[in-house]
Amino acid sequence: MLLFLEQCLNGLQFGLLLFLLAAGLTLVFGIMDLVNLAHGSLYMMGAYFGATFTALTGSYLGGIAIALVATLLLGMAVEVIAMRRLYGRDHLDHVLGTFGLILFFNELVRLIWGPAGMNLTLPGWLNTSIEILPGVNYSMYRLAIIVVALGVALGLYLVVMRTRIGMLIRAGASNREMTGALGINIKLLYTFVFGVGAALAGLAGMMQAAILTAQIGMGENILILAFVVIIIGGIGSIRGAFIASIFAGLIDTVGRAVIPDVLKLVLSPSAASTAGPALSSMLIYLLMAIVLVVRPAGLFPAPGNR
Amino acid sequence: MRKSVLAAGAALLLAAVPAAAQQKSVKIGFISTFSGPTAVIGNDMRNAFELALDQMGRKMGGLPVEVVYEDDQQKPEVGKQKTEKMIESDKVDFIVGYIWSNVLLASVKPIVDSKTFLVVANAGATQVAGELCSPYIFSTSWTNDQTPQAVAAYMDKKGIKTVYLIGPNYAAGKENLGGMKTFFKGKVVGEDYTKWPDQLDFSAELSKARAANPDAIYTFYPGAAGVQFLNQYAQAGMQGKIPLYSTFVVDSLSLPRQKDAALGIMTAYQWGADLPNDANKKFVSGFMEKYKSEPSFYGAQAYDAANLVASAVAGVKGDLSKKDAVQAALKKADFKSVRGAFKFGNNNYPVQNFYMQEVVKDGANYKLKTVATAMENASDPHHGKCSMK
Repeated sequence: MLLFLEQCLNGLQFGLLLFLLAAGLTLVFGIMDLVNLAHGSLYMMGAYFGATFTALTGSYLGGIAIALVATLLLGMAVEVIAMRRLYGRDHLDHVLGTFGLILFFNELVRLIWGPAGMNLTLPGWLNTSIEILPGVNYSMYRLAIIVVALGVALGLYLVVMRTRIGMLIRAGASNREMTGALGINIKLLYTFVFGVGAALAGLAGMMQAAILTAQIGMGENILILAFVVIIIGGIGSIRGAFIASIFAGLIDTVGRAVIPDVLKLVLSPSAASTAGPALSSMLIYLLMAIVLVVRPAGLFPAPGNR
Repeated sequence: MRKSVLAAGAALLLAAVPAAAQQKSVKIGFISTFSGPTAVIGNDMRNAFELALDQMGRKMGGLPVEVVYEDDQQKPEVGKQKTEKMIESDKVDFIVGYIWSNVLLASVKPIVDSKTFLVVANAGATQVAGELCSPYIFSTSWTNDQTPQAVAAYMDKKGIKTVYLIGPNYAAGKENLGGMKTFFKGKVVGEDYTKWPDQLDFSAELSKARAANPDAIYTFYPGAAGVQFLNQYAQAGMQGKIPLYSTFVVDSLSLPRQKDAALGIMTAYQWGADLPNDANKKFVSGFMEKYKSEPSFYGAQAYDAANLVASAVAGVKGDLSKKDAVQAALKKADFKSVRGAFKFGNNNYPVQNFYMQEVVKDGANYKLKTVATAMENASDPHHGKCSMK
């Protein structure tokens, strides 16, 4: 039972991380109708910035703050230089263009930081474990990720639901043309949203960097999951992305923990240890298939996208 | 440059070794991984090989040495193609190298068919020591299940009764964890195989392992995944609480990135930088001087391979035309190995000691310290399946 609770925390942590990545992706997809495969590259750049700046400044929080600003600026620059030329075009052009960006960023990282990958060293107060319940120790760092990501989610919710800029974002997600026709500076809004999305992806990257190390191509693996999440949640919907991320995180982690053991009850141990990991990595896609059958536009589609 | 070296060598050769007049040089093909994230391993092997050549004056048995380096890109099909190129167009006398078992398995056939001599400097595919063994194949390393066997023997000695296994879900991962399961006398209380190579977050597996409360955890994660595993192991607060035994997770190439997360971790190798024999001292100090870093076991195996080939060329006095004589000379293993005592078993795999090593901090550096001998004069578990006597 305690183990199950711990696994749920692991799942929650992974899900929230996924949310940070999916939030930017779903906004960009929903508002600008842009399929951005390079979102994973911004996540990777965030990880490298985080590792570099914490090492340079010698302070974890200071380095992270600088890295956040750096990814925000990088995201805005990418939007102004590259993405703008893609908005009016076909989705296939988006895929080609942003795939090119993936290759560009991977080579860039190889040139600047080398092929070996980079570690982000945690300060001592994060690099320990804490007793959350009697007899249950949990990684302080993973707990911190949960707290920070929940805070960001709440902040996003307040900004999107309670402020003028949030209203514009929601309006943009529902009906782009109309929002533009009403005299809103769409260009500026796009640059801003893309930059914020990049910073969120970067934050996910730099938090993940301490667990996984910063590596070339780290964004590609997790990007597929992020796309699954925004499709389950409904494109353009922050709330949908949040709920779908938590689901995906829990299903992935708890499935990985439980399924091989369940299979061992019915299959031989060697067959179970082969089938278990394969089956548990399929679960999220099963969830997506089921959701799409029941609600083709996802759980909480933005009003205009129904 | 190469021409002048060759010319000088040929002139010297004519004067000094008339018996080998038809042989102008010794040609060695060296195949390893020189690109991608694992290039660091290939470079370490090449550095050690070059060091060995420098130390012997780039001559074997009086003949100048020519080396052709090729990159297998860690891909079996590329490795095979490069192997064939070396045999057919470079016409090498010896092929040395191979990090990866799957690359080696793809390349063995053209080598044996062409009767070229192969010295494997790392890859431990068990079939090559067993069913696929050949008088043309020699190894300066081990088989995949030998290091886990050594760790299992040590764990038994330490009185460890229960172990939890975590490893990657692919061929070498299963061979490695399988070796632990076969040879460990205690109980395996749980085993998890993670999706390879994309799963890098081990939170679910680590939680399960901790809940199972074993005497020890055993793991095998080569390359970058080893860094990630140790980071997460430390973050979960398990470092120092549940002893971690491993193979191919910590080595002098990965330690600079693992740092404190690796402290106290136990592993087994057939070689250590601190083994007290003269050949090893010459190797380690020469390497540190030339490359400003400590060599890894990969390098040690490549260094031994160079000296093994040199001893054979010297043994036949530079006459490489008689395959039988070269074979016998290789089999003698008449060289000073950096691991100490070294001889070949029936399948041309080393009969050797395995040592337990612990990660310790030495000033600002992290090092593997040899703490015990895990197995003495151990033959690999597959030599019985080899038809050679």
